Amino acid sequence: MDRIPILRMGNFLLVTIQVDLYDRLAQNLESDLVQMVSKTEAKGVLIDISALSIVDSFMGRIIGNIGSVSKIMDAETVVVGMQPAVAITLIELGLELKGVHTALNVERGMQLLKEKILVEDSEPDDE
Amino acid sequence: MQFEIAKTLQKKRKQVLEFWMQNQLKDESLREDLMSNDELRKESDELLNSLLDALTDNNIADIQSSDFDSLTEIISGISITRARQGFSPKETGNYIFSLREALLQTLHNDFKGDANDLLNATLQVVKLVDGLAAVTFDTFIKGREEVILRQTDEITEISTPVIRVWDGILALPIIGTLDSARTQVVMENLLVEIVNSGSSIAILDISGVPAVDSLVAQHLIKTVSATRLMGAECIISGIRPEIAQTVVHLGIDLSNIVTKATLASALRYAFTLLKLEVKKSTKSEAL
Amino acid sequence: MYIVLNKDGMVIEKEQDVVPYRNRVKEFAVKIGMSLVNQTKLITAASELVRNMLKYANGGATTIEVISKGRENGIRLKFEDKGPGIPDVAKAMTDGFSTGKSLGLGLPGAKRLSSEFDIKSTVGKGTTVTLIKWKNG
Repeated sequence: MDRIPILRMGNFLLVTIQVDLYDRLAQNLESDLVQMVSKTEAKGVLIDISALSIVDSFMGRIIGNIGSVSKIMDAETVVVGMQPAVAITLIELGLELKGVHTALNVERGMQLLKEKILVEDSEPDDE
Repeated sequence: MQFEIAKTLQKKRKQVLEFWMQNQLKDESLREDLMSNDELRKESDELLNSLLDALTDNNIADIQSSDFDSLTEIISGISITRARQGFSPKETGNYIFSLREALLQTLHNDFKGDANDLLNATLQVVKLVDGLAAVTFDTFIKGREEVILRQTDEITEISTPVIRVWDGILALPIIGTLDSARTQVVMENLLVEIVNSGSSIAILDISGVPAVDSLVAQHLIKTVSATRLMGAECIISGIRPEIAQTVVHLGIDLSNIVTKATLASALRYAFTLLKLEVKKSTKSEAL
Repeated sequence: MYIVLNKDGMVIEKEQDVVPYRNRVKEFAVKIGMSLVNQTKLITAASELVRNMLKYANGGATTIEVISKGRENGIRLKFEDKGPGIPDVAKAMTDGFSTGKSLGLGLPGAKRLSSEFDIKSTVGKGTTVTLIKWKNG
């Protein structure tokens, strides 16, 4: 009830948002994520919103913040599972989800993250 | 002496019906193809009974009276059915007007009073039936509107198919003007299909869209943006040279959308995005 | 004017009131058979406005009504607050998002999601926003 669980999947972190966030919960999520990214040196964050039937600008801001903060910590963020009605509404609302990628589901999201990281790690380093 | 219109008409019920049927059958515009004379008689009988049962000397000039509720319901039903069956408004109106004639004919035949009384009685009947005619026209129009709305929905459904042209690739040939209502349908159908098929590429072919102005371009851009939120990518194909010119002259910015001239080239591009190659088979068997 | 077929009201005082309010709106929308996309638009617009009320006016009163314009039904939502009011309503109704700025009060967005939208505001007295979403958009 107080904190949203963050799962670790290899190099990535997965957050599944299933309840409507309110201020305190959202703030906790942000700080928890930052801590986890730092601690695990995660390269990617997946935010699963497939259970959300409403995404308003408040939620949009949270997602945007997570994206920005993760980026600073050198992690990419992917939002997955957006419901069609939500996508249509967000466009009409004029809400841009800047700084985050989007994918159809967790599987595709992880694929996307792996590709992004591959591109970044293409330095000729023999590690 | 107060002429008792209601009582007279009720007594002469059979005569009214006969006059009415005669009037209808006399009419050249009778639609025997849409309704048999027997059905017509049955319907007229039912309507007449409803009218005469409710009629009293108090409510005679007032169709709004609640005494006539079941009558207006019956006539509304008849009118809507006629609208759906393809009767013209005039034909449906004549149905009521021939009834009026029949009522008046019956009254005049039976009249035992002076000219003034007859005039009053006539006016009251006329007023009543006119009210009935108004209800008829109203519901007739509603019936037609229902047909139009239903057809519009059907057309919208048919004209926005979403086709799975390949694993992971959807094609939407958009035919006709792309207005705001249409865009909603396109977006909904497309996004739902993306989820259902797990597609990652959608090709919007607009060769069937007659004109692209800033509004249409806005609708297209919205569709592309919504698709991206679902983690898929959009290619717009079927751009005719005139449209390309219009887009540039209107200053519409399509720079972050991939556009191709034909569906074929869009498909080719989609294959490269998915790292698919189409090669000629090296087997020597003829087709 | 429109015929009111059903009516409900909710006072918004704290953030925890937002979700129950949204659920109430959803109930009404579902009852008149509104499509999922239109429901989503309606509830999202309502969410924006109710959060505005909390943020700038410490809450306010809302009403939810089912209305009819003859051949179609719709939902009408009203948001009344006694907050500071909006000095330049016209400016608040212009989009800032195309220039990359924040959504501000989110009013133009909420308007785009509605069928009909009205806003009246007096500085120092408060703001009233009324929006209608017809069943078929």
